[in-house]
Amino acid sequence: MYRTALRNVLAHKARLLMTTLAVLLGTAFVAGTLVFTDTLGSAMKSQNAKSYTDIAVTVSDPESARSIYGSGGTDSSAPVLTEDVRRKIAALPGAADARGVVSGFAGIADQHGRLIGDGFSTTGTNYVPGPDGSDARYPLVEGRGPTGSGEVALDSRTAQKGGFKVGDTVRVAVNGPVMQLKLTGIVHTNDPRVSAGGSLAAFDTATAQSLYLSPGRFSEVDIRSRPGTDDAALLTQVKGALPAGNDFSAQTGRQLAQDQDKMIAEATKGMSQALLVFAGISLFVGIFIIANTFTMLVAQRTRELALLRAVGASRKQITRSVLAEAVLIGAIASVAGLLAGTGIAAGLQWLLISAMDTGLPDGPLVIAPATVLTAVGTGVLVTVLAAWLPARRASRISPVAAMSSGDQPATQKSLLLRNAIGAVLALAGLGALAAGSASKATGLVAAGAGVVLLGVFVLTPLLSRPLIALFTPLLRRLYGMPGKLARENALRNPRRTAATASALTIGVTLITGLTVIGASVNQAVDKASATDLTADYTVAMANFSVLSSDVGTQIAKAPGVSASSVQRSVSVRVGDDTKWLTGVNADTIGSLVKLKMQEGSADALKHGQLLVSQGGDPGTQDLKLGDTLAVTYPDGTAGRLTVGGVLASDSGLTGTLAPDALIAPHSKPAAGAVGAAGAMAGLDKVLVKGEHGPSAQLKQALTDATGGNPLITVKSQQDLRDESRQMITSMLNIMYGLLGMSVVVAVLGVVNTMAMSVFERRREIGMLRAIGLDRRGVRRTVRLESLLISLLGGVLGIGLGVLIAWAANGLLRSSLPGLELVVPPLQLAGFLLAAAVIGLLAALWPARRAARLDILDSIKAA
Amino acid sequence: MTMTATAVHAAAGATGLSKVYGEGETRVVALDQVTVEFRRGEFTAIMGPSGSGKSTLMHCMAGLDTATSGSTRIGGTELVGLPDKALTKLRRDQIGFVFQAFNLLPTLNALENITLPMDIAGRKVDQAWLDRVVDTVGLSGRLTHRPSQLSGGQQQRVACARALASRPEIVFADEPTGNLDSRSGGEILSFLRNSVRELGQTVVMVTHDPVAASYADRVIFLADGRLVDELTMPTADSVLDRMRRFDAKGRTS
Repeated sequence: MYRTALRNVLAHKARLLMTTLAVLLGTAFVAGTLVFTDTLGSAMKSQNAKSYTDIAVTVSDPESARSIYGSGGTDSSAPVLTEDVRRKIAALPGAADARGVVSGFAGIADQHGRLIGDGFSTTGTNYVPGPDGSDARYPLVEGRGPTGSGEVALDSRTAQKGGFKVGDTVRVAVNGPVMQLKLTGIVHTNDPRVSAGGSLAAFDTATAQSLYLSPGRFSEVDIRSRPGTDDAALLTQVKGALPAGNDFSAQTGRQLAQDQDKMIAEATKGMSQALLVFAGISLFVGIFIIANTFTMLVAQRTRELALLRAVGASRKQITRSVLAEAVLIGAIASVAGLLAGTGIAAGLQWLLISAMDTGLPDGPLVIAPATVLTAVGTGVLVTVLAAWLPARRASRISPVAAMSSGDQPATQKSLLLRNAIGAVLALAGLGALAAGSASKATGLVAAGAGVVLLGVFVLTPLLSRPLIALFTPLLRRLYGMPGKLARENALRNPRRTAATASALTIGVTLITGLTVIGASVNQAVDKASATDLTADYTVAMANFSVLSSDVGTQIAKAPGVSASSVQRSVSVRVGDDTKWLTGVNADTIGSLVKLKMQEGSADALKHGQLLVSQGGDPGTQDLKLGDTLAVTYPDGTAGRLTVGGVLASDSGLTGTLAPDALIAPHSKPAAGAVGAAGAMAGLDKVLVKGEHGPSAQLKQALTDATGGNPLITVKSQQDLRDESRQMITSMLNIMYGLLGMSVVVAVLGVVNTMAMSVFERRREIGMLRAIGLDRRGVRRTVRLESLLISLLGGVLGIGLGVLIAWAANGLLRSSLPGLELVVPPLQLAGFLLAAAVIGLLAALWPARRAARLDILDSIKAA
Repeated sequence: MTMTATAVHAAAGATGLSKVYGEGETRVVALDQVTVEFRRGEFTAIMGPSGSGKSTLMHCMAGLDTATSGSTRIGGTELVGLPDKALTKLRRDQIGFVFQAFNLLPTLNALENITLPMDIAGRKVDQAWLDRVVDTVGLSGRLTHRPSQLSGGQQQRVACARALASRPEIVFADEPTGNLDSRSGGEILSFLRNSVRELGQTVVMVTHDPVAASYADRVIFLADGRLVDELTMPTADSVLDRMRRFDAKGRTS
């Protein structure tokens, strides 16, 4: 029997081509994803391992990072990492040396004042010269290390981007005014943050400390061990040398590298899982095609299979022989897919690393055994699963069918049961969607969407008739007889038409859903910014760290500014809890943001009172009008604040608002053990209204007021809206690209169905040609049928996509008030048009084949 | 001027028609210099043992196959050298076909199948003629049935009606009774004969059944690609006799 299976595969090579391609694409996607993420992960790990090779033990002070990035250092009593601590560690018997590290962010302006690199990965650190005057961690490419407060060294990539040479003056900014520094050296670095698109500025240690922390304080101390010292033993020594009551984290370099490896593995796993979802969608689409192919093959081979039964093959043998074909095809396609996927991964790596210079680390391709198993296993499993039903059907062919005439029986099994199941599924799914959307239950919506999709797939044969009828008047008018024949052909086997269309429906549904959600979110964001934010400009840091407090005063004084307000986050202690206050300018905030009140008046701010939101902090009791709060400020002073108003939930600004004049003086944390920690306490953003609305002049004035700091961004409402739009657009584009694969697979399905239909109907085609249908008419008939099938898939997909987007919008409404369903008609019409074009393209080859059929051969065909 | 004279009488004809398949050792001469005419308003049967070239003759005459040399005509139109498009149009407008396996479109009902050639041409149906044809084949009550709801004989009657519905110059029938039982076959043959006698059509039928041939006005015999004999007003017996002589000759030679 297995020989029969092999012979069948060989005999039907051409007819199995599309099926093989469908499986191939799906497995290529799977294999490509796995190979690419494994490769990336391994490259990152090896890069990571390099950066920790010379560190035996590292001690870091989490408090330092908090104060630098302004995320609120409040515990000022804990000890910090000082030069004393570093010296003590360096003197340990196992330590060769201990390097004090200061790290923060530093924006570097290019010749036009623009920030080099991306705002999030700008890095600033200290340069630690060794006995020979150079720092081994940052090998000099050119020049020398920085030695004074007016000097800086840059990494070579940044220097190149900015066009800087040693001796040039470089504009460097932290969070205040820009510093003009002399470039003394260009260094090399392996820091992944820098190679991933950031920049590195190295200062001498004292300068770095005063910029980021306070003199004599470090973020981190890295210790090298003496030869023969065990890392773990050194760690114990180091821990013993640390001051009591610290909350430092001390780890061996190996431990740190392992932790990083774990994080990298998590990150690449997340990425691979996200991509595998799309690969899964492609494979799912493939199932429809495989099932269709095997159904058609079994139908075409009815007599042959019956003959096998007649000469004594058992039902099981028939099933097994069909499944053996599936295994064979699955295996061939999967192995090819594995190769193709590896190729894709290699191409992607080249594209991202060499062509686009994204700074991702390079490394050899990793083809893990798990990848091979997963790709081939999935490919074979999917093929066999899809062939299961057709194989079962094949076994039910009665031996008598071998003796019947060549004419295929036109009888079709009733769709009654199928329709009933479909209706139940679709209704249940709809119910779940509606209920989930109303109650904001994500799981219910997801399940509902899946069940509705399934229900519609089951119902598609039923739906195909009215939907195809929708397009027929047009077809008949435009194309006459071929139009009518196309319609009849599309309807003659509703199951086949449905399966082919459904493959396309999946992709169109997801694409439409995403598009509608994107359009809805865009509109909601536009509306919110238009109604809630009345400020003309928002000034903030590019890396979301805090602005220096001075920026607020400078902007208030800038020419053309009619009103401005800071937005400052200050954490206060209320009993044992921490509460965040937002300091705003009591006099102007009302003209910059629409404050909608539920109770009380916004003017309460002017009287030194708080405005609060309700239901904001889960677990804590809501504050009511008139409540009084006993707070302890970061500087240790105590105060009493009264609630003077309650903000409505759709207010333009929510949270706990306080007059900035009242809380700003207390926002700097109290002096710690050494120096004033939290010198960086500052502003989240500054809102500005111009005397004459937004203008280029005002924008320039604001930029000037901030001292041209490249890290500070001045954005108009339009900029903010564009930014959000752009983010949504680029996210959609990535999704479209990933879903594109499933559409390609669906197109293969259309090609496959049309080619097989042409083969099955070659006798009819021969007759039509004989009685006078010309080649063009034949081509047209095939093309129009394909068009109808694709349009069916497109229409269903667009409908389902809008439905699912509607349900998803219900979920998003809690985080985006005012979100309404926006159905972009042009884009959806575009998708339908694309489906039509896909249908026509998919039919090109089958239509050509149909038109070229030899009349006499076709008529005589069995 | 003789050409014009014959064209008036002949619905179709071939002169020196040859058809050769293959080359060298595999060369097979299917038709060898056949010259024949099918007169208008006549029911002609083409007979001959299998491999005699009778089907090839019909296919070449009907524009389904191309001749190697010689000429074929339908009405006044020379087929040789005609491009595919013109051939298609000629088949659509001037030729009717009846095939052995009924060759109906399963998706269309009986009436739609009958009017298919006109629908393809985008021509209006001559309703009076159509009614007459439908009436003659006795399908009046079954016009909305699909082929799968009709018996083999009924399907073949639909095919005959389709061949006649566009009032072609000539109808070619290729073993029209090959797939039918003798009763249904008889009905079809009577119908073809009636279409000649009552509707004035021209029918050429390929068959190997002497009984079927006996319905024709004239039988021409082919053997080894050559026209070897002709009978007018045949009976089943006279045709059978003629066939036996071929067999005997085949055995002795």
